[in-house]
Amino acid sequence: MTSRFNMRSLILSTGATLLLPLLILFSLFLLLRGHNEPGGGFIGGLVAAAAISLKLFAEDYRAARTMLRVHPLQLVGVGLVLAAGASLPALFVGESFFTAQWWTLNLPILGSLKLSTPLIFDIGVYLGVVGSVLTVVFTLAEAEHS
Amino acid sequence: MTTLMAILIGCLYAAAIYMMLRRSVVKLVIGLILLSNGANLLIFTAAGLQRGVPPLIDKGQQMIAGAAADPLAQALILTAIVISFGVLAFAVVLIHRACEVVQTDDMNEMKGTD
Amino acid sequence: MDMTLLVALPIILPLLFGAVSLTLLKNHKAQRWLAVIGTFSILLAACALMWHCQQHGIIVLEVGSWPAPFGIVLVADLLSAIMVLLAAITGVATALYSLKTVLTRFERFGYYPLLHLLLAGVNGAFLTGDIFNLYVWFEVLLVASFALLIQGGERAQMEGAIKYVTLNLLSSALFLTAIGLLYGLVGSLNMADIAQRLTQVEDQRMVTVVAMLFLIAFSIKAAAFPLFFWLPASYHTPQVAVSAIFAGLLTKVGVYALYRVFTLIFNSEVEFTHNILLWMAVLTMLTGVLGAAAQFEVRRILSFHIISQIGYMMLGLALYTPLALIGGVFYIMHHIIVKANLFLVAGLIYRLRGSFELKRLGGLYKDHPGLAVLFLIPALSLAGVPPLSGFFAKFILIKAGVEAHAWWAVGIALLVGLLTLYSMMKIWNEVFWKAVPSPAPAIPAPGGNGLLYCITGSLAAMTIAIGLFAEPIYQLAQQAATQLLNPQLYINAVLGAD
Repeated sequence: MTSRFNMRSLILSTGATLLLPLLILFSLFLLLRGHNEPGGGFIGGLVAAAAISLKLFAEDYRAARTMLRVHPLQLVGVGLVLAAGASLPALFVGESFFTAQWWTLNLPILGSLKLSTPLIFDIGVYLGVVGSVLTVVFTLAEAEHS
Repeated sequence: MTTLMAILIGCLYAAAIYMMLRRSVVKLVIGLILLSNGANLLIFTAAGLQRGVPPLIDKGQQMIAGAAADPLAQALILTAIVISFGVLAFAVVLIHRACEVVQTDDMNEMKGTD
Repeated sequence: MDMTLLVALPIILPLLFGAVSLTLLKNHKAQRWLAVIGTFSILLAACALMWHCQQHGIIVLEVGSWPAPFGIVLVADLLSAIMVLLAAITGVATALYSLKTVLTRFERFGYYPLLHLLLAGVNGAFLTGDIFNLYVWFEVLLVASFALLIQGGERAQMEGAIKYVTLNLLSSALFLTAIGLLYGLVGSLNMADIAQRLTQVEDQRMVTVVAMLFLIAFSIKAAAFPLFFWLPASYHTPQVAVSAIFAGLLTKVGVYALYRVFTLIFNSEVEFTHNILLWMAVLTMLTGVLGAAAQFEVRRILSFHIISQIGYMMLGLALYTPLALIGGVFYIMHHIIVKANLFLVAGLIYRLRGSFELKRLGGLYKDHPGLAVLFLIPALSLAGVPPLSGFFAKFILIKAGVEAHAWWAVGIALLVGLLTLYSMMKIWNEVFWKAVPSPAPAIPAPGGNGLLYCITGSLAAMTIAIGLFAEPIYQLAQQAATQLLNPQLYINAVLGAD
């Protein structure tokens, strides 16, 4: 690690530990809220990526990589599979490609829960954004690291 | 308002081209960023400026009454912003790597493949 | 199953295969298998699409069931179907070639997923019927091509990539500007709808301005004169398999976009717009071939020849007669196969001799006569020697030029053909015929080239087949050209006849 990057501050690292779960939760909130109100996969993904980048600034590159566990490009892959896969269910009910499908789940206590292909698509976007932003951030951090 | 926007867009394009013609690669990236922002503003302006009339249909109605802002143009801009964000992030990484490999940020030094 | 799904398959298949391949980032063996299965499945889908298109005419898919002028449509007319089929053939050839030639360290950086993404972008651009969607697919294929271009990270690659990225982003920004102005004029993004509404626009001068913006944007992508400088600076720098798919497909996406936009949308002021196209076509041919004459590196010579060949394709569009468009479509079919093949042969030369420089090569005819034949077939076809595919492509175009009384364009087209032959003979003499120069360069990969020979051999066989069975191919091109010249067919298919 080069000297100019080595600015570990106690306030930042303590703050980051507290903020990180909050930010991730907030990003999930944005993701789920996105269907009818401002929010959605893209903005949620950006918040999640920012949260992990905060970890990178507060500690170091390696800590952020271990926290993510998988390579960010693999996240992009899963995201793309979900987003592209969301186009397919419509075909099984004989509708045109990419037509939105809705399913209602009746849960005992919580009431009815509406699930849909746009939601799957949005989760795909979320993962895709997290993965691609982190790929860029990690590439730059890695260059600084070596 | 449209005239003002047109002048602003013109300034953005001019500044972008000027920056792209400079020798430094960093300024080249700044030029590209300005260019994509200029193009986004242009879509926004060309689609017609409407002030304070969100395209929302009132309850019980089938159509919007009167003039409203064009939501499609905004959707286009949103898409274009996302795309240019991704592409420019890539360009920044590329230029960072290129500066490391070539050991300069002067475009005039990068003539090896011409 | 619904027939219209066929239009979506060439896009969704590479996306899915690419995504699965990306999740298996560390498993190189699975990635290779996915590349082969994926490209072959696209080829199957493309063949089915082609067959349906010929049987049933233009196929339209309304994505997400949103009706035509409002939602995004995917449209496959014959030109699109032909382009998708050619893209699939190039994809299969590149994927197989990559199995042998791509190094593990590139595979680790997602070489195969990027290849899938590139194919998805190219097919999307060929099939979409929405002008903004076309922009999106252009960006998809650009991002994939950027990443493929810099794999390896050598100095020349970085320098080439900066020029490639900058000029292509400039072109994208101009494209976006043109879309914005067009949307301001007609308030629609559906290409068929735009074509219909443009006739009602009062200020036709504005329409011509927008047409010129599209012309510049697509000409940069197609590497036409005077906007081609990014191509010779970058195409020879990546690995050979990447060079081959770039050479075969990427500039042709620009050419396809020119064909689509200047037959469907901007067809009212033909004297003005197509006259500019004619000048650009002629100058593109000439500068490309003259640039090639000054080069002494195999891949750079071939890169400059891409530019000169783009000129022929634009000539077909510029003359804008039925015969000229037939020639243009025929030329695209012949060119994609031949050009990709030439780059693959160049890769074989490198594997056998360890250099791309003419000075350091020689004596290949004696050692590998098979390779010499494999080079001669596409090379002579490129120059237009009968009975190979290039002869018929050039013949139709030149006949169209004579019929249109564009004498100087015909003269230059013939001259460029001759200079192309000179260029190919230069490579032949230096690489195959002359004695091995001493000291001979080290040989990087001496054996195990059977698969690579098979690939180039089958592409060469296709070149011969197009030449020998020119009649059915001509009829196919004729059908495609008829659709292009009657934009009402496309409009009716998308919006419904009223």
